[in-house]
Amino acid sequence: MLKNRIIPCLDVKNGRVVKGINFVDLKDAGDPVEQAKIYSDGGADEICFLDITASNENRDIIYDVIEKTSKKCFVPLTVGGGIRSVEDIKKLLNCGADKVSINTAAVENSKVVIDSAKKFGSQCIVVAIDAKKNGDKWEVFTHGGRNNSGIDALEYAKQMEENGAGELLVTSMDRDGTQVGYDIDLMSKISTKINIPVIASGGVGNLDHLVDGIQSGKASAVLAASIFHYGKYSVKEAKEYLDSKGIPVRI
Amino acid sequence: MNITIVDYNSGNIRSVVNSFKEVAQNKVNIEVTSDLKKIKSSDKVILPGQGSFKSCVDALNNISGLVDTLNEFTITNKKSLFGICVGLQMFADVGYEETETKGLGWISGKVSKIDNQNGKYKLPHIGWNQINIVKESKIFQNIENNSHMYFVHSYEFIPKDKNVISATTDYSSNIVCSVEKENIFGTQFHPEKSDKMGLKIINNFINL
Repeated sequence: MLKNRIIPCLDVKNGRVVKGINFVDLKDAGDPVEQAKIYSDGGADEICFLDITASNENRDIIYDVIEKTSKKCFVPLTVGGGIRSVEDIKKLLNCGADKVSINTAAVENSKVVIDSAKKFGSQCIVVAIDAKKNGDKWEVFTHGGRNNSGIDALEYAKQMEENGAGELLVTSMDRDGTQVGYDIDLMSKISTKINIPVIASGGVGNLDHLVDGIQSGKASAVLAASIFHYGKYSVKEAKEYLDSKGIPVRI
Repeated sequence: MNITIVDYNSGNIRSVVNSFKEVAQNKVNIEVTSDLKKIKSSDKVILPGQGSFKSCVDALNNISGLVDTLNEFTITNKKSLFGICVGLQMFADVGYEETETKGLGWISGKVSKIDNQNGKYKLPHIGWNQINIVKESKIFQNIENNSHMYFVHSYEFIPKDKNVISATTDYSSNIVCSVEKENIFGTQFHPEKSDKMGLKIINNFINL
């Protein structure tokens, strides 16, 4: 039976983890390689890096981070943040990323998704959708949530499936950082509309939220950042809890 | 010992290379190349494959003499070869992804789309699934039945002779996820991304 996945996400800036595990016994809490290794040893089903490096001159640091991490972690590694072109994707994959997550570029230029899916295969193309509720629908935002494209998130999800995305990483901007739980309505509507897996993101504050994301939100995988980073829960605890609720997980 | 990972522009093979190098350490020499001479002289070959069946077959054919060299290595000289994902699928006579495409024909059978039962099952089949080991295979030594492996695919290999099947996985139906025929080995899942158990399979192949 296919298991639901738990994916911890690390924010990386200028090659350093800025939102990550805050354990006292870490030799170097800012080292992405060390943190990714802790997660994969702890049973994480995949690792996600979000590169939030703002300045262009420091962009290349992420390639070195990916290269080092992929030599130590033998679970899938997804990298997102700042991907503009097919060439960017190629570089990340060549460094050892298994998948890339495309956000703004997918909205601005649909050819990026179409061409990269053709060139590298859908299995490595994740489209990240940042969605915010407006009345009875959700709109897609770009540039780290700063710009409203006005595009309907459900229509967009369908379009991305047709363009060749292998998975969708759906983040509710209304819930992100609130720790009150995923936007279940958004997750289940998108998941029901499309036939590729949905990774739910944004709003996790406790383990019941993970359960809701899968059971009610119909997500195939759940992504979380802060509940793991500050030692509130380990990945192992999360999996045991899901297991106790009858959700199939890899233990 | 020399092991060659065939680099034929089939997409991202970096993780395959990393995992084999991690397991091999300094005991075994891992080459990543499409150089025909090097392939011929190696002891074992890894055939990775990402993207569509057609794109991988096309990529093999784009390198002049590569298919002949692989045929000679595997069929004539009976040296050990390990196909991963589309690398395994290409063992078949024919694949139906994008358009009907001729495979290597090493293990009779076809590659067709997984039946998603009218949308009941999402495709691609992505994530960790358990393998059901149905026959003793050398690459499954010390691998427990029902171990989890990492999958990413929408198409499945359906061999004619069921005796070649060494493991299946349950997704929509019993999908063939590993084959062994004499010196030919293959997994539909990605051992290079399947954590410790996956590395163990790689180690088993290296130690054949």
